[in-house]
Amino acid sequence: MSYTPEMRELIKRVDATRSKRLGHDFPRMTPKERIEALEKFHPDYIESGFRALKVGVNKGDKVPQELADYIEARSRIENIEIDLDEIAYDVDVLIAGGGGAGAAAALMAQEEGASVLLTTKLRFGDANTIMAQGGIQAADKQNDSPAIHYLDVMGGGRFANIPELVRALVNDAPLVIKWLEDLGAMFDKDEKGTMLTIHGGGTSRKRMHAARDYTGAEIMRTLRDEVRNRGIEVIEFSPVVELILDEDGRAAGAVLYNLETEEYLVVRAKTVIFAMGGSGRLHYQGFPTTNHYGATGDGLVIGYRAGAKLAFMDTIQYHPTGAAYPPQILGLLVTEKVRGLGATPLNINGEQFCHHLETRDVESAAIIRECKERKLGVPTPNGIVGVWLDSPLIEKIHGEGTIKRQLPAMLRQFSRFNIDIRKEPMLIYPTLHYQNGGILINEHGETNIENFFVAGENSGGVHGRNRLMGNSLLDILVFGRRAGAFAARKSKDVKLKSLTLAHVQKYHRELEENGVDTGGRVSPLILPRYRHREANA
Amino acid sequence: MANEAAKVNIYIMGKKYSVPDSLTILNAMEYAGYQLKRGCGCRAGFCGACATVYRTAGDTELKVALACQTIVEPEMYLTQIPFFPAQKAEYDVAQLEPKAAQIAQYYPEIFRCLGCNSCTKVCPQDLNVMQYIAYAQRGEIDKAASESFDCVMCGLCVSRCPAHIVHYNVGILARRIYGKHIAPPSEHLRQRVEEIENGKFDAELEELMRADLAELKEMYNSREIEK
Repeated sequence: MSYTPEMRELIKRVDATRSKRLGHDFPRMTPKERIEALEKFHPDYIESGFRALKVGVNKGDKVPQELADYIEARSRIENIEIDLDEIAYDVDVLIAGGGGAGAAAALMAQEEGASVLLTTKLRFGDANTIMAQGGIQAADKQNDSPAIHYLDVMGGGRFANIPELVRALVNDAPLVIKWLEDLGAMFDKDEKGTMLTIHGGGTSRKRMHAARDYTGAEIMRTLRDEVRNRGIEVIEFSPVVELILDEDGRAAGAVLYNLETEEYLVVRAKTVIFAMGGSGRLHYQGFPTTNHYGATGDGLVIGYRAGAKLAFMDTIQYHPTGAAYPPQILGLLVTEKVRGLGATPLNINGEQFCHHLETRDVESAAIIRECKERKLGVPTPNGIVGVWLDSPLIEKIHGEGTIKRQLPAMLRQFSRFNIDIRKEPMLIYPTLHYQNGGILINEHGETNIENFFVAGENSGGVHGRNRLMGNSLLDILVFGRRAGAFAARKSKDVKLKSLTLAHVQKYHRELEENGVDTGGRVSPLILPRYRHREANA
Repeated sequence: MANEAAKVNIYIMGKKYSVPDSLTILNAMEYAGYQLKRGCGCRAGFCGACATVYRTAGDTELKVALACQTIVEPEMYLTQIPFFPAQKAEYDVAQLEPKAAQIAQYYPEIFRCLGCNSCTKVCPQDLNVMQYIAYAQRGEIDKAASESFDCVMCGLCVSRCPAHIVHYNVGILARRIYGKHIAPPSEHLRQRVEEIENGKFDAELEELMRADLAELKEMYNSREIEK
């Protein structure tokens, strides 16, 4: 699956312009140009991609069509008999989700002396965390500060972010890196211990910490190893499918579904933390995604049914550099670290059309414009059009061997399909990457439902309308830790009343009263269906 | 995908299916009608969920692959390994010591290595697995950590090891000892944590939180960007 002869011909144009481009920075867009690009070309501005919800706390608010389909659906447990007196697990803190946020929450909750149960849909660690390649932000260098980081986050989020959440994010960032270092995570450092940091899109300081291009994997496997060392109970292949409340409307547990035995199990818990991740596998507007198999937005759907408020769910992040070729990895992530190290986007003529480190929303809009409006994209045999990302430029800037040292995962992934990214550029196009919004939280991870906490990608507010690279690994750990510690402390004073699932029936009545045609849909989705599909990745 | 994709026959757990020849094993299983529960995770080569064993017709050799990263071959007989009951030691990372015998204390079976190199031959990440086990035997923890770094913990090495070594757990133990006790701690990080804990930035952050939108935009648009 190496490049076709036609594509190889086009690559000659990239090679021809490389020496002229080396050392010349393409100008950044002005604030006005950024807004224009976003409004004309970013998928968030395509009205048909969204619809207003007809029921619930956010009635009237727009969310992606595909998410609305699962929010406006009947519960998976509607016709299942569940005995709430038959309690399979009784704990202080229930954590739903086995990614970075869930693992961080579990460690902190246990340190506070709580009994903890962590449940997860697939294996412990099967999450977007493990796929995060490029890095994690923290203002820990002399020329940087949490305040400078704060400004970058707010500007990147189009100033819509919730200030208290951003303060928590930037304030805790160095604490999180130190915590990981103390747990034995291996960051890229020089021989004196100085962190090797680079830029990400929209950063004003080089504060991107990395572990080669396996940053998320290194963090996830370290946290997972620690959870196992501490003997915290983990149940795999058993996703939460409904929240349980008590008579006073407080979170009091959840219904688990054992994917293999197809049994439903009741967990009673004094506090509940959702760390259930993103929703890329709903393929908003038909986009391919970088997300892992289980990213189906279940946390949003379940939380919403119980009355939790959503925020910023009308804004989705498209990562500018998803693989556009070969088809076997269509839509998978080409880490932003590739651009951070200096690779630039180029059109069919080998010309740069946008600065390589604009924020993700702007960079994506510029790439879509280059292909759709200016018709200067590069065609592929499968009908996908993309633009080049000039990875060989990295070796020209930083010297030979840089890619093997700093981007081993990328080098390996493309070489599996006979493309050597040290010598040939990558072909990329924006891909569905991240839900900027989610269930609204405060700085402790609390929601509008008492004793119900949310952390990580299924929470909303911290990133406003656009997240910067390296702030998601940071977000999951900052708010995973905060939610874990706070929920554990809170659980000490909780006296639960009797358990109920009445909110599920109430939600069904609301659907009927508002004339919502659920079209036979049940939710949460749990896993996408790709049977008989020829498309890839 | 092209509509008229060429097809190949593959055998999923012995059953024959005709699938487009450009698909990965993972996509081919889904094309055939499976909705996977186990054997599928990140779909991008990072999580190690989709370890697969296969053989092609006329060949006795059992091969292995990550299903999401490997294109089907004609007459491929395949199955996935849904779970591997590997042993993991429990330890307190703070109590570990960067001494030569530390890894062997938890995983003494590393000394049973026969040198057959099966682990290296099967590694879908093309890591030199036997080499990092050798480093672990010799107590060269830094080298074991570095050599094992790109491991996705799929467990294929373990499945082929006649000495019952759990390579990937040896690897993570080496990396955690290295990260905690051998790599130089970051001094600028330690200082910054101290500054934060002493509230050095609190006032500045409060001020930014209070700034109105116009002020904030002005500060953002005129901020200095490090070269």
